[in-house]
Order: sequence, then structure tokens, then C-alpha cells
Amino acid sequence: MAYITCQDITLRYEALTVQEHLSFTVEKGDYLCIVGENGSGKSTLMKCLLGLKSVDAGTLTYGDGLKRNEIGYLPQQSQIQRSFPASVREVVLSGCLNRRLIHPFYTKADKARAAEQMECLNITALADRCYRELSGGQQQRVLLARALCATQKLLLLDEPLTGLDPLVATELYAILRHIHEEHGITIIMVTHDVECAVRHAKTILHIGKHESFFGSCADYEKSEVGRRFLGESVTQEHCSNCDHGHAHLPVQADGGEREAET
Amino acid sequence: MNDLSAILTPEFVSAILLPALIAGVAVSLCASLLGVSLVLKRCSMIGDGLSHVGYGTLCIAVAMGWAPMQVTIPVVIAAAYILLRLSESSRLGGDTAIALFSTSALALGIFASSKANLMTDVSHYMFGSILAMTKGDVIFSVILSICVLLVYLLFYDKIFAVTFDENFARATGLNVRFYNLLIAVLTAVTVVLGMMMMGALLISSLMIFPAVTAMRLCKRFSGVVMTSVIVSVGCFLLGLLFSLMFDTSVGASVILVNLAVFMIASLISVLLHRARPGKG
Repeated sequence: MAYITCQDITLRYEALTVQEHLSFTVEKGDYLCIVGENGSGKSTLMKCLLGLKSVDAGTLTYGDGLKRNEIGYLPQQSQIQRSFPASVREVVLSGCLNRRLIHPFYTKADKARAAEQMECLNITALADRCYRELSGGQQQRVLLARALCATQKLLLLDEPLTGLDPLVATELYAILRHIHEEHGITIIMVTHDVECAVRHAKTILHIGKHESFFGSCADYEKSEVGRRFLGESVTQEHCSNCDHGHAHLPVQADGGEREAET
Repeated sequence: MNDLSAILTPEFVSAILLPALIAGVAVSLCASLLGVSLVLKRCSMIGDGLSHVGYGTLCIAVAMGWAPMQVTIPVVIAAAYILLRLSESSRLGGDTAIALFSTSALALGIFASSKANLMTDVSHYMFGSILAMTKGDVIFSVILSICVLLVYLLFYDKIFAVTFDENFARATGLNVRFYNLLIAVLTAVTVVLGMMMMGALLISSLMIFPAVTAMRLCKRFSGVVMTSVIVSVGCFLLGLLFSLMFDTSVGASVILVNLAVFMIASLISVLLHRARPGKG
């Protein structure tokens, strides 16, 4: 059985139905990118996957031994209070809370786990710094370390690249690849950067207003909807978020989308 | 200015001042702890709203001849739960819903007490009267404060998580609703206790001032919590001293000392920023 099975779900954003009859599965070991135009329900779907919101119709089930408290989550930067007084160590440690049911304080194992994740993301030197004084990229690493403290199975990321400069975004992709391949963590990422999604993911879920796609990256690139979304008349341009010189969307289309997202 | 040695007779100290001191320190401690969460969660209004509800309930309790604290605490806890739900899911928006709900409760209380011609009896809850607390009130306050303190310490890590990033906490399987409710219940108890000594009008600032002062000075959550406690207890003691010296209201004196400390802290933080440009 898959980690997550969605069957015939409907997503509503306030009174508006944004998606109907959507079905897909997330298997253990998958690297799934969820792409789609603005307003297609990507963020709403993310909320449902996280259990912050229930699906409006259809079923969403967890399987394969995955429990509610075994999920890691990297929220959009904007959702965190930027002025919050907290040290990096405090933030990372708080990711360990979900595995601790009765014990009121952090155990030695929790602290070791937090230290290990900080080491893995190269932020050990920042441990006593104040979270709000860090750069965007550093903050992202801190939140990622917290998410990794919370899970050994499944990591969900909501538009992790928004507001990061290209170099930092490239780094983030490399980190994700590392934790996916070395630590065997399943990844689900919502992104508006379809080029990088195709480059890094194993599976693509495209949700559009009129048509949707769920399948492997290769199939997506061949599919009608994929070809259209990737841009049929591609200009050979260096993607700002990847270090690979692959095809890129025409500037107007891509620029327009990013404008609206931020 | 009063001559302190003339006021501080052994009888006054043991019968009135000492109990007031103990109760005051205990309640200031609780108020400052919860204040940090309220300020950071941007729901300082809940403290204020609860004090309105508490005052309204007190009025009704006095009009009916019930024991004020014992009736008010459960009612304010229920109100805390309702206010929390209102601010979560309201179409009016949290602040508006809280204002409507709490002023209605207040109006109801004043209506009842004016009908029973007891306005003068209840007016001292408006401004508090720590030196007039009965021995029973003091013991009750201290016991409840210790409970609040213990619960806060036991759930400290979870309160941090829920305060810092509610969505993450909920998404990773923490029972956020329960912890929010816990914060609200602790706040409710603290508000009622504080109302007896500081007055309904001033209790919410007793929660907010120390937290805001501490946030100017500290960069860690644990540091903010500890500084907030120290500021709160220190300001209470200073305020009490001033009120004895100048014969002024205890609640008002404590808040004014808090204001002064807040301004000094703001100044220090501005100066520190100047000294280290580019950081911050």
C-alpha cells in the first residue's frame, strides 16, 4: 500500500471548487513534484495532505505504516513570523516534539537528533544565533533541519524556493537530493518551477483548471499538458534555479507567474 | 511621601503586606509567562477580553451573593474556550468577535449589579485592591498560581512549538487545539487572579508589558521567558513600594513602573542596534 492514496478528491478554496475527481498515490521512496498554474489548488492540496484541512469529497488515506506524527513539513517562508525571538537550536529541537508523547522535556536522544540534523545541513555554527537575524537561505536550512527532526519517512515542502536567490535554490535542490537518496526520505514538493520539477522529481502531479496529469517525469514531458506547460517553443536559457543548462520557459510566461506568486 | 517606617508596623506587615506580597509575586509570575505566548501569538486581545468577561461575571456573582472567585474562574475558562474558537473560525475576524463578546458580558454584569444597587461594591474590582484581599483569597491565589506555573513548565516545549509555528505543529501531529486551549485556560485563571489585585482595567497590561520588554532585550525564547518573569516580579515589587510611599493605587503604580522599564529597554535595544549596524 502507498504512503498516501487520494481517490477522487475534490478541493475547494473558500466557496470555489478548484479541483474535482483528482486521484493519485505517493509510494514509499517517491519524489513527487506538484505543479500547476496559480489558483489550480496546489496550496489547498498541500493543506489536505498535511491534514490542516479535510478534503471536500473523496478519500485521502495514509498507508504503509505512515502515521500522522511521522511527517516533516517545510512551510512557505511567509507563514513564519519573522520577528519571533528564538534561537536556531530551539527551532530545530521543536521538530522532535511529535515523537515524544509522554515525556515532558527533550531527551538526550532528541538533542542528539537535532544536533545531527544541524550538522547535516551545515548550520551547527548558527545554533545559538537568533532565527530572525539569519538570511533567507539560512532560515530555510533551519526549517529544513526542523522538518527532518520530525520525520524519517516523508517530507512535504510548500514552495520552498520562493524568495530565495538562485544559488541558494540550487543548494536546496542538492540537499533534497541528498536526503532523498542517502536517507531514503520520500519527498512531496509543491512548486511553480516546472523546469526544475521535471529535472529533479521522479513523478509529476500536474493539476490544472481543465486537465490534470499524474505519472512519471518522462511521460509528463511527452504528454500534451506537459508539453504545453513546459513551453513548446522553448528558448535555450539557463534556468535560474538549477545549475543545469536545460530548456526554459519563455521569459514572459515564467516571469508573469513568479510575479503573481510572490 | 509617606514615612515607610511609620506604615510598616509589625501588624501591618504580617497581616496585610506579606500575604499581598506573596500573592502578588505568584500572580505576576504567571501573568508574565502567559504574556509571552499571548504577545507572540498576536492575541493580546484575548487577555483584555477575558478581563471584561471576568469583571462582568464578578458583578453578577456579587449581585447574587455568590463567592466571587470560585464562580468567576469557571465562567472565564469557558469564555476563554469560546473566544479561542471565535478567533479561529470567525467571519467577523478575531479582534472584532472578541470585542463584541467580551463587552456584552461586561454590560450584562454591570446591568445586573446596577439593578441590585451594588455598583460601589463591585467598583473596587475595576481597580483592584491587593491590600484588601482576604486570607482565603491569598491562599487560593497562591495555590492556583503554583498550578499554572507547573502546567506551564511541563508543557513548555509544546507551548513554544505551538507559539512559533502552529501549522508545522499541527501538520506533524501535535494536538494544537489542546495546547491552545491549555494556554487559554491558564490565561483565564491568571486573569481572574490578577483582577483581584490589579483590577480588571489593568490586568491585561500586567501580562503584556513584561513580555514586550523582554522581547526588546532577548533573542532566545527561553531568554524572553526568563527575562519576562524577572521584569514582571521586579516591577511588581517596585510598584508596591511606590504605592506604599506615595499612597497610590497598587495596580496603577505597578503598570507605570512596567511602562518605565519598557521605555528603558526600548532605548537600550535602539542603542545596541546603533552600536552594531547591519545586524538586526
